[in-house]
Amino acid sequence: MIVERVVRGLDERLDGGSFLRRNLTKVFPDHWSFMLGEIALYAFALLVLTGIFLTFFFQASPEPVVYDGPYAPMRGRTVSAAYDSVLRLSFEVRAGLVMRQTHHWAALLFMAAVVAHLLRVFFTGAFRKPRELTWVLGVLLLFAGIGAGFTGYSLPDDLLSGTGLRIIYSGVLSIPVVGAWAAFLFFGGEFPAHALLSRLYVLHVLLIPLVIAGLIGAHLALVWRQTHTQFPGPGRTEDTVTGIPVWPRFALKALGLMFVTWGVAAGLGGLVQINPVWLYGPFVPYSAPSPAQPDFYAGWLEGLLRLWPNWEFHLFGRTIGTLFLPAVVVPGVITFVLALWPWIEERVSGDHAAHHFAQRPREAPVRSGIGAAGVAFFTVLMLAGSNDVLAAFLSVEVDTLNGVLTAAVVVLPIACGLVTYRICRDLRDGGGHPIARPGRARVRRTAAGAFEVEHEPGGPAR
Amino acid sequence: MSERAVAVAFVVSILAALGLTAVYAAGGDPQVEGALLLLALGGLGVGLLGWAGGLLAHLGEHTEPRRRHPAADGDGDVAVATFEAGVAEVGRRRLLARLLAGAVAALGLAAVFPIRSLGSAPGSQLARTSWRRGVRLVTADGTPVQLGALELNTFTTVFPEDDVGSADAQAVLIRVDPTSLQLPPDRLAAAPQGHVAYSKLCTHAGCPLGLYLAATQELRCPCHQSTFDVLRGARPVYGPAPKPLPQLPLEVGPDGTLRAAGDFTEPVGPSWWDLPR
Repeated sequence: MIVERVVRGLDERLDGGSFLRRNLTKVFPDHWSFMLGEIALYAFALLVLTGIFLTFFFQASPEPVVYDGPYAPMRGRTVSAAYDSVLRLSFEVRAGLVMRQTHHWAALLFMAAVVAHLLRVFFTGAFRKPRELTWVLGVLLLFAGIGAGFTGYSLPDDLLSGTGLRIIYSGVLSIPVVGAWAAFLFFGGEFPAHALLSRLYVLHVLLIPLVIAGLIGAHLALVWRQTHTQFPGPGRTEDTVTGIPVWPRFALKALGLMFVTWGVAAGLGGLVQINPVWLYGPFVPYSAPSPAQPDFYAGWLEGLLRLWPNWEFHLFGRTIGTLFLPAVVVPGVITFVLALWPWIEERVSGDHAAHHFAQRPREAPVRSGIGAAGVAFFTVLMLAGSNDVLAAFLSVEVDTLNGVLTAAVVVLPIACGLVTYRICRDLRDGGGHPIARPGRARVRRTAAGAFEVEHEPGGPAR
Repeated sequence: MSERAVAVAFVVSILAALGLTAVYAAGGDPQVEGALLLLALGGLGVGLLGWAGGLLAHLGEHTEPRRRHPAADGDGDVAVATFEAGVAEVGRRRLLARLLAGAVAALGLAAVFPIRSLGSAPGSQLARTSWRRGVRLVTADGTPVQLGALELNTFTTVFPEDDVGSADAQAVLIRVDPTSLQLPPDRLAAAPQGHVAYSKLCTHAGCPLGLYLAATQELRCPCHQSTFDVLRGARPVYGPAPKPLPQLPLEVGPDGTLRAAGDFTEPVGPSWWDLPR
């Protein structure tokens, strides 16, 4: 049989037999929350597949052309070759629009899965020794993903993406000492430079995907080598791992999850319109769309820019631009704290031991409180990134809403953190939910040897 | 999932995939393709999940020992000793070791220089625009702006006649009641008959200011809602912008068109380190 011949061939040449023997029976713990990272992996694979298709049609060129395709409202307008190629890909290439929209949805799915996975790992303490490096690779993946998303939605050269690029350019410009040089070298000159689109294209289809693939490979290799964490349970110990073997159950399950992920992304890609660049129009430097929101994973950055006070500093007769703090320093500090979190927690808690059991959030009330505060912080910033839309929706002035959001970005994280800390502590110490009385069952053995069960249902706390 | 349910999932997948080929051959339709892809890929996935979760459930869970990560087996110490012995052996030839380090450093330095090719030097480009004295103001379609052609309390986007569509020279021209303008005398003189022009680039993040609030005579940025008071030198009255919009001094040409009387009063857009002050 073919499999037998291949395995024997590998075994004779590479000693592959023992590798396969060990790894086909390797055990992976089974819990629904462990599949979040897998979804990100499958979304990335779909991004590569759909992305390759898109590269055959997209032209990363700012050269002006007159659009003469089937989309009537744009016919006769002078647009860039890049924008023209996206319109042609969307309206003239068969299955082109589905591929393009699936690509965009898969990107959102990738980022959502990465964020959910990060939260799961954080709240269960799965990043603790010996898995700190896996965590750092994951944080790098998060930021590589933001970079991939940003360069990706800048490529169609539409009005929305051009405005986003202009803001990034201004952020780079604000860096003390080297800002102007950095902006001119990265963007190829004063905005909007001719070289920019082809640069973003190389970043988006070559450099960043390579970085992401490398990070994913290293991340998975570490998970494979160090074994997965698991929740405590009957028969489970720190020294053993209990779960389902790679072949056949885990493999079938993983493949199944992959196809479901792809199905959801492709279903959204065909049925739910996303980034309709023909409605935004081509980029011109003297116009900006309103309202304009970035994709969700950049919403917190946008919110920071909208809420940050109009401070500008002068130092030795030089200027520190107003964007430097909210666009460079604050995101930089957040990145560092997030990446170094395993060591910060190790230092503060004094717990230097290796752990293979994942925790329930209640078992680490301080960490859970900090995590909840972080979630509240990012949520408020994300809302602030859409303050114009939100204000219109709530029929209030943007000015009024900004006041509320500015207060909320400080108060809400503290409140959420404290409440979460208290709930977790009570749960840990009391063993039950603080606002509910646990149900009980009384089991009695009769004289005949049978068991009688008497249930007392739970309910609101007395 | 039962065997029958898994079978149904796979059959749905097969039918949807065959449907896809038919839809493609018939010319394609994004919505139908999306729905069929959802069924084809989803059916395959659900079938596999059902197979692994239901039909193979009898295989149960296994337990195996975790690979330990002992630091005590001494391998690490041996590795450190081997490495250090190598360093000592190489480092014995001091001159060669230093020359090697020097060669690597020099090559590294030489490799940094091509980065300079990535863009032009900022120089004074950031501080200047293409406005010069005597250049006519034109709209985005290239039409020169006549004095008085603009309705009172409305605005339009203007460019230098020879640089239409310019990213840094773009300006907003607003016509207001001349008596309502509260500007220093020299800047008031640069706003003939209430025609006042400001840079269109927001001083916060460089977005083009697209919104004119006629009732309060304010310019607002669509990106982050910075708001500027048109009558008082476009100073920021709300939002994250830290400084006023630079004014474009205007004069009236012999043909009655509006012309620039020079470049903007300040560099346009957000501040940077070397900003001339």
